[in-house]
Amino acid sequence: MKRSLWTLFLPVLVVLAVGLYPLLTQQDVHRETSFTLLRAVALAASLNIILGFTGYVSFGHVVFYGLGGYVAFYLVAEKGWPFWSAVLMGGLAAALLAFLIGAGILRLRGAYFALVTIGVNEAMKAFIYNFQPFGGPVGLTMNFAVYKAYGGPRAVLWMTYHWLFVVTLIVVAVSYWIRVSKFGLGLLSIREDEDAAEVMGVRTSWFKTWAFTLSAFFPGLVGAIFFFRNASIEPHDAFPLHVSIESIVMVMLGGQGTVIGPILGSIGYQWMRVFLLTNRLLKNIQLAVAGGLLLLIVLFIPAGLVGWLRRRFPATRRFLL
Amino acid sequence: MNVLLRTENVVKRFGGLVAVNQVSFELYEGEILGLIGPNGAGKTTLFNCINGIYRPEEGRIFFRGTDITGWSPSRLAHMGMARTFQIVRPLAELTVRENVMVGAAFGEKRLPLSQTARVADEVLAFLGLADRADQLAGSLNVAQKKRLELARALASQPRLLLLDEVLAGLNPTEVDEMVETIRRIREQGITILMIEHVMRAIMNLSDRILVLDFGELIAEGTPEEIAQNERVIKAYLGDPKLAQRFALEE
Ligand SMILES: Nc1ncnc2c1ncn2[C@@H]1O[C@H](COP(=O)(O)OP(=O)(O)O)[C@@H](O)[C@H]1O
Ligand SMILES: [Mg+2]
Repeated sequence: MKRSLWTLFLPVLVVLAVGLYPLLTQQDVHRETSFTLLRAVALAASLNIILGFTGYVSFGHVVFYGLGGYVAFYLVAEKGWPFWSAVLMGGLAAALLAFLIGAGILRLRGAYFALVTIGVNEAMKAFIYNFQPFGGPVGLTMNFAVYKAYGGPRAVLWMTYHWLFVVTLIVVAVSYWIRVSKFGLGLLSIREDEDAAEVMGVRTSWFKTWAFTLSAFFPGLVGAIFFFRNASIEPHDAFPLHVSIESIVMVMLGGQGTVIGPILGSIGYQWMRVFLLTNRLLKNIQLAVAGGLLLLIVLFIPAGLVGWLRRRFPATRRFLL
Repeated sequence: MNVLLRTENVVKRFGGLVAVNQVSFELYEGEILGLIGPNGAGKTTLFNCINGIYRPEEGRIFFRGTDITGWSPSRLAHMGMARTFQIVRPLAELTVRENVMVGAAFGEKRLPLSQTARVADEVLAFLGLADRADQLAGSLNVAQKKRLELARALASQPRLLLLDEVLAGLNPTEVDEMVETIRRIREQGITILMIEHVMRAIMNLSDRILVLDFGELIAEGTPEEIAQNERVIKAYLGDPKLAQRFALEE
């Protein structure tokens, strides 16, 4: 079956639509909505690299977001680094953490891996809590003089938005590349049967480590961008476990292991979340709803929306990937 | 003749159980070597030692003249060793073609992805699975899954092919087809070490046969020699059903 180029265009078009809208309207409220959406897409699509393509369920995705946020924030606010280089360092720090712990924890399978990723997140939170250069429990606050160099707070809001938009597009392009590359075929074979993959010549530990590292790089960038515009960072905001869980829900909802699935899943979930947040009754139980939703997906459409479509209507496989 | 694979006193234990006990043999380039023995004799465990899934507690294994004891399966695959699993392990959510592409992409040749689809289609045609190429591997029936196992292994264009009961669970027509296929694989110059319970087939195909019993190599020889070997017949008498089959087919 020949794959149509729509498999690439569709995901990119969806992200472009979300990302360009505020640029056209120039409205702050649209920008804030799209920022939230793009952040969700970038987190879900990067999580999908290890969760969907490689088959390792990580509950610790947010640790990379928080670490990237802290490293970049520290470099900009305390060391006066330019924003772009700090963001890059945030991503690299997250990737380095994944690379270092990956070799160890990726030996664990299934629930053991999932549990350990929660542990990594909590351990990092505890570490930062006691790490004085990062402000310990109080965290760090941006001196507004720093923003001046970037044209003031309003300009920063737009600049960080542009950055996030570009990063999200890159995540989607990388997802696509992985899915159609030899590297990706190796990952998919690990997801399906790791021992069989190894026997067929896939160096599974090497593939898993790089998938994990790549998957961690992007939340590092996103965290760096987010906390810079947030003007402050503290342990509780940087490592919220529920963001990891919500990312899993978004990936699963749209379809793990597909390129467009996590994008649609994020948008769908965020839309639902807004609905929950504005509903007084449901506002306080939004996490319970996320958990319930995850349960329903796993039970009834484990392949997610896109996976279900691809299976139910094989013709869609040509352009849905 | 060149020795492709050699084991020296290989021992593999599971707790107190010695699953493979001091096994030494040589496999020559171009031959089909049969490996038989009652259920639980240690045949699959020996395979697992050879292709790196287990590290033997004692002994050494040489492949292409190199000591490969303790090497990882992927590294051995890169050296040209391929195997099938007794219990089939399809990559269920990938298509049949993608399954075979994995073999082609990560074996000794490590072909670029662009070439693997072509190789996969050739191998699938050879094994009569061409019309299943776009189907998910999980949706194949057992006989087809067995052929897929073989297709994946072949796509890597291996030097040594380890076959673990590829005939089990096939009906007589399918067995005949598979025997013919194995013969043709050998004609392509691939050396084969095969575990088999279907006596007629293994007697027919093998140049030589090894017999394992309780982890020990109890006999080695041509099919004719093995069929008349006292110890072998005794070993199979411990497994009445097999002894009967052995006698009947001979
Ligand atoms: N992973 C394992 N753990 C413990 N015992 C095992 C394991 N694999 C095989 N065995 C035991 O080792 C012996 C040989 O098994 P196996 O190699 O599968 O036999 P065969 O393939 O000849 O039927 C059997 O007694 C089996 O129960
Ligand atoms: Mg066996």
